[in-house]
Formats: sequence, structure tokens, C-alpha cells
Amino acid sequence: MNNESFTRELVLPGDVLDAGTMKPGEGTYVDDGKIFAAMLGIKSVKSNFVNVIPLGGRYIPAPGDMIIGKVMDIGPSNWLIDIFSPYPAPLHVNEVPWRVEFGDTARYLGVGDTLLAKVLMVDETKRVQVTMKEQGLRKLQGGQIVEIAHSKVPRVIGKNGSMIQMIKTYTNCRIFIGQNGRIWMDGNMEDMAHAVQAIKMIDEGAQTLKLTERVKEFLESVYRKEE
Amino acid sequence: MARSVVSEIKRDHIHKLIADGHRVDGRAWDEFRNISIQTNVVETAEGSSRVKIGNTEVIVGVKMTVGEPFSDTPNRGVLTTNAELIPMASPNFESGPPDENSIELARVVDRGIRESQMIDLEKLCVEPGKKVWINFVDIYVLDFDGNLFDACSLGAVAAIKSAIVPASAHGLGEDYPMPITCTPISVTAVQIENSILVDPSLDEEMVAAARLTVTTDDNGDLRAMQKGLRGALTVEQIKTIIDTSRRLGSEIRKLVG
Amino acid sequence: MGGNSDMKLIDENGIRTDGRKVDELRPIKIEAGVLKNADGSAYVEVGKNKVLAAVYGPRECHPRHMQNPAKAIIQCRYNMISFSVSDRKRPGPDRRSVEISKLISEALDYVVFTENYPRTSIDVYIEVLQANAGTRCAGLTAAAVALADAGIPMRDIVPSVAVGKVNDTVVLDLNKEEDNYGQADLPIAMIPRTGEVLLMQMDGHLTKAEFDLAMEMGVKACKEIYEVQKDALRRRYAIVNGESEEEPMEEPKDEPMEEPMEEPKDEPEMTEED
Repeated sequence: MNNESFTRELVLPGDVLDAGTMKPGEGTYVDDGKIFAAMLGIKSVKSNFVNVIPLGGRYIPAPGDMIIGKVMDIGPSNWLIDIFSPYPAPLHVNEVPWRVEFGDTARYLGVGDTLLAKVLMVDETKRVQVTMKEQGLRKLQGGQIVEIAHSKVPRVIGKNGSMIQMIKTYTNCRIFIGQNGRIWMDGNMEDMAHAVQAIKMIDEGAQTLKLTERVKEFLESVYRKEE
Repeated sequence: MARSVVSEIKRDHIHKLIADGHRVDGRAWDEFRNISIQTNVVETAEGSSRVKIGNTEVIVGVKMTVGEPFSDTPNRGVLTTNAELIPMASPNFESGPPDENSIELARVVDRGIRESQMIDLEKLCVEPGKKVWINFVDIYVLDFDGNLFDACSLGAVAAIKSAIVPASAHGLGEDYPMPITCTPISVTAVQIENSILVDPSLDEEMVAAARLTVTTDDNGDLRAMQKGLRGALTVEQIKTIIDTSRRLGSEIRKLVG
Repeated sequence: MGGNSDMKLIDENGIRTDGRKVDELRPIKIEAGVLKNADGSAYVEVGKNKVLAAVYGPRECHPRHMQNPAKAIIQCRYNMISFSVSDRKRPGPDRRSVEISKLISEALDYVVFTENYPRTSIDVYIEVLQANAGTRCAGLTAAAVALADAGIPMRDIVPSVAVGKVNDTVVLDLNKEEDNYGQADLPIAMIPRTGEVLLMQMDGHLTKAEFDLAMEMGVKACKEIYEVQKDALRRRYAIVNGESEEEPMEEPKDEPMEEPMEEPKDEPEMTEED
């Protein structure tokens, strides 16, 4: 399996990851010819790169990321969006799917509104721009929002989307996952509660093994009871 | 601050649940979250406690010293209650002197203790008009997830009950337990979309219209109340909250011991 | 330093008032991840010291004029709660706590990769719940664990301890009595692996030879504390061991995620609403 390590080894900042043959990847630093962990996380080796996959930490936007944002403030020609990150992101009127007159912004998106958006650009000092000008990007209404550590998003999705597909199949909820760790879902109240519980299980247990099975067991047990 | 804006989706979701008779965390309308009370957690205080209601956590200490009484109560000890909303406890708390929220909080806690005459202040007089015991009840919020009024009140009551008057350190004979007459318990409820919810979590507080804190004594009599927030309560709702506070107060009182 | 060396704090067998040897640490206990709201947190007990540390961030920096376009700033608040000491301390910062806050934030700044998060603030809050000498060291020890718990990128975890002198003898990790009546106090913090010293203060009176001995003791003790710090983090993130048959964790960046976002356009039911 192309040289991937299957052990789930917890590493701490300052732990030596490799002393010779490998190359430093994400979440690492090099000192004195050795590779060290630069954060708490799970050690992972892939095509001769050693990485640390974080378990927590804040979402840092990257261009192209699909995110779920919340309107924090409104200006005459833009909105300020909280993207669950240290960096708030302006959304300019030119980046929305509507024609908005100067000063008419509040009619389209109000403070507290939730939206599906995409990170357009990030400059060197992490100034961010987001856009809604792409098919499917829109204001989200109804349903429920769950927030998890952005680093757990890949686990909620699972290999080839297997995890999220399983949750959707059992709960019959519509679910969108933002790469910033915000998840929106809609369905009937009880189903949503089960989906939230499953997602929380993944968020809290992302470093544990056999997670897929445990989530499956949980969903099976709730839905077996109800039938 | 990012979290001070409540998302409309969250607000609607909470409202929808309440309309169906449910709460976000699955509790009944008159159900408290788990309460844990630890006392004597800090040796340097005369009395102390650490109280958790769900994820809300506070630490309270009582310090006592000998000082002058107020001129209008020459034979009574002095009680001072202070609350600190330290930035450790919430992303929305900031460093600095107490703001209106922490002052209201401290005063409501103080009122329950003072008006119930929980501490027998006359027994804390050393020399009338000259020397009395001064009690400082200091409350620090460590983790904030709603319902500070009840967490702080309970913390203060537990800390006071555990306090030992440090008489020997002041050359005033042997140490003795704090003179206590009763155990005031506060119970807070909020009104959201005309439903009443006891022990509101932070999410619930953020969408609440009105809040009422009712402090009762061991007989179930009312000793202090405070209505807060910008919404209104009907007299019926107030009576419901009072009845609930009396009922839950007697249960919580058992936990304090 | 009281400098009162007449007070007998070490007996003829080299045993201190609390039963420790001269180079022995007080019992130390660390727990990581003890608070819900904070991004990272830690609780530390060193002897009778009880300290809580919390980290928020990186987050938007307030006030804005403090923002650095090149890196995150570390803002530390060290505070003693009013009943942590024998005479009630008035709530709020005093000159001592402002100075300690500054030193701790400078020490932590060195280990954090602040350049990863321009314009943000990483806020470190230390609350001393019960004080018994050495609270700045216990506070820094706790803060370093809280930073790692928050997932902050950092070079290493920083342990801290004080060494001092009582009855003309160099001793490790002064307690309250030794601090009050001792002859010197030397708090240090360092990265054990590299030997880099990140915090150092001294008051009292030490000869050069005593300093050398004190540093030797301090370095050794820091290594010990470092292991306790790491153990606390490992316990917090304990991996449930079992068969490692499951799929590996998805890589965050190297390879695009299979389904980064459930695309609304793939969902036929989405169109109904619009």
C-alpha cells in the first residue's frame, strides 16, 4: 500500500520523527539534520515524507476550500464572514450571485446568516477573500450547524466518502461538510440528533482505531431500535 | 468576537426544538445539568469550593480578616462578594475591572446570602463598634457554559459552609466553624418563545428573552429574586419559576450537605 | 529573599523541612485538557501549588494595533486569585504579575512557530489557585502543556523550575518557607533537548560555584518535569490500541480529499427548495 504507515502513533512537539532517510512533511521541522514533530498529532509516513496530522488547532484558509461561514458584520459593499478561523473573510458584492446596489447589502445577507462559500484567495499575511459565485454556493437555511475541529473533517468524510455516506444512509439527513470544520445538516429532528451524535463520536474519537466500526455499531443500534 | 453573533440557523433550531417540547441537550424543561460540588479545594482560603453545573465551572474562596464594622451595624461582621469573569473562562470574556455583568452577578449572589441571613453576622462580632470579622467571598468563573447565577451562588454557599473562622491566627481563641443559619439556593430559569427552561445552557441563554433567578431558604421561602434580559415574563410564568425553584432548591440543598 | 540564614531549614542529614533531599522536586501532577471552552488547557500541582492554564487561539488580535503582519503575538496573563495566598490579594493585575506575564510570554514566543499565523494573537491565561512558592514556574510548565493541547505548532514543550539557596546550601524547587527565609532564588525554564534557557531570573546571593551547581540541578529537574508534561499529553490523547486494520488517516494536504464538501449540485433534492 504505497509505503504508508498504518500505526497510529501519537507524537508531541519536539519528538524526533526521523534521523536520516525521510523528508520533512507537514507539521514537522528540521534541526541538526533530524526531523522533529512541530505539533501534537499523529505521525504519518507517505512516499518517504514524514508528516504530523494535527488533532486540533484552528482552520487556516486555503484557496479553493469549500467552507461554511457566518455573517458577522455588514458594510455598504461587502459582508464580513466568520469562517471559524483566526481570519475573518470579507465577501464583496461582486462575489455574490445577486446584483446588489451600493448600500443594499443587508437585504441579501443579514448578521447571523449562514452561507456556503469558497475561499477565493489568501495573501501572504493571510488576508482572505471568499466567494459565492459558483454553482451550488448559497445561503443555508433551516437545519442545524455542528462545529468540529477542522483537522477531523477528513475522518468525518472517510475514505472515498464512506463515513459520511454511511451517516447519510442511516439518518436520511442532507449533510454538507465545510473544510473549516462547520457541518450543516437537515432532516427530521430525531435523525439530526443521531447524525450529530455520530459526528461528535468521530470528533472526539478521531485518534482511536476502529472508528468506522464503532460509528456503524452506534447507528445500527439506534435505527434497529426504532424499527 | 466570533461567537457573540448567534447564527440564525442555531436560533431557529433551538426554537423548533422548544416548540416540540425538547431541549438541545435532551433535558426536561425543569431538569438541571449534572451538578458537582467539591469543598476545601484551596488551603490558603478559610473556605473554598469548586462547583460544576454541566460544563460551567467556578471556584470560590472565602477569606476572613479582622477589621472595623460599618457604623450603622457596629455589632455585625461584614460580607463582601466579588465575581471575576476571567478571560480563561470564555472567548468572549476580556481582562479588566469587573463590568456590569460581573457586578450584577456578584450582587445577586450576595443578596441571596445576605437576605437569607445565611451567615450569622452577629456571631462574627469581636468587639462591638471596633472589631468584627470581614468576609470576602471571591468567585472566579473558570469555564462558562451558561447559568452563572446558580453556579456562583452554589459555589459561594458551599465555600461559606466549609469555612473555618481563623480565630487563633488573630489571637482570638480557638478556630471555629462559620456560624450558619440556613442554606439559600438559587434556581434560574429563562423564557424562550414563551417556554420556561431551568438551568439554561449558554446556547439557550444566547437566544433567551427573559431570565429569572429565585433564591429560596430551607423553608422554601423567597429570599432574593432578579429578573434579567430585555424580554418580559407573565405573572403565571413567574409563579411557575418560583414553584420550580422551591422544589429544585430543596433537592440541590441536599447536595450541599 | 529574607536572607535569614539562622532559620534551620536543612537538618544534619541533608533533609529539608518537608522531608525532601536537597536535589529533590516536590510531587508534581499534570493534567491536560481540563477546560471545555479553551482551545487548550492544563492543570498543574507542584507540592502545594495549584495552577490552571488555558490557551485561546490563534485568534483575531485585539486591539488591532497590536497585530503583527509577519507573525502571531503571544499575550500572556499570569494572575493569582485573591484567595491563593494567606493574606487576601486584591483582584486585578499588580506590578509583579505584569512582569511575570511578560517573561512567560517571551519564553513561550521562542518555542511557538508564530510565523505560521500572521496578524493573530495566541492568548495564554494562567490562574494561580493556591500559591506556595514557584508559581511562575508551575504556571509556565502548565502553559506549555496547554499550548500543545491547543494544537499550536511549537518546537518543543518547555518545563520550568526554581533552584535556590537555604542555609548556605543549593536546593532544588523551593517551598514557601524556603522561599521566605532562603538566601537565593533562581527560576529557570529551558528546552531540555537543546539546553536553551528561555526564562531566568535571580535574586539573593549566589557564588559562581553555587550558580553552576544550581544550574546543574535545574537542568536535571527540567528533564524530569518535561517527562511529566509529555505523559500528561499522552494520557489525554491516549490511542485506543487494537488491531490496526483500519484505513489510515487521510492526509490533510498532499492529496486532495475525496469529497471535501458534499456538493449541493450532486444532491437533487437541493434544487427543490430554491
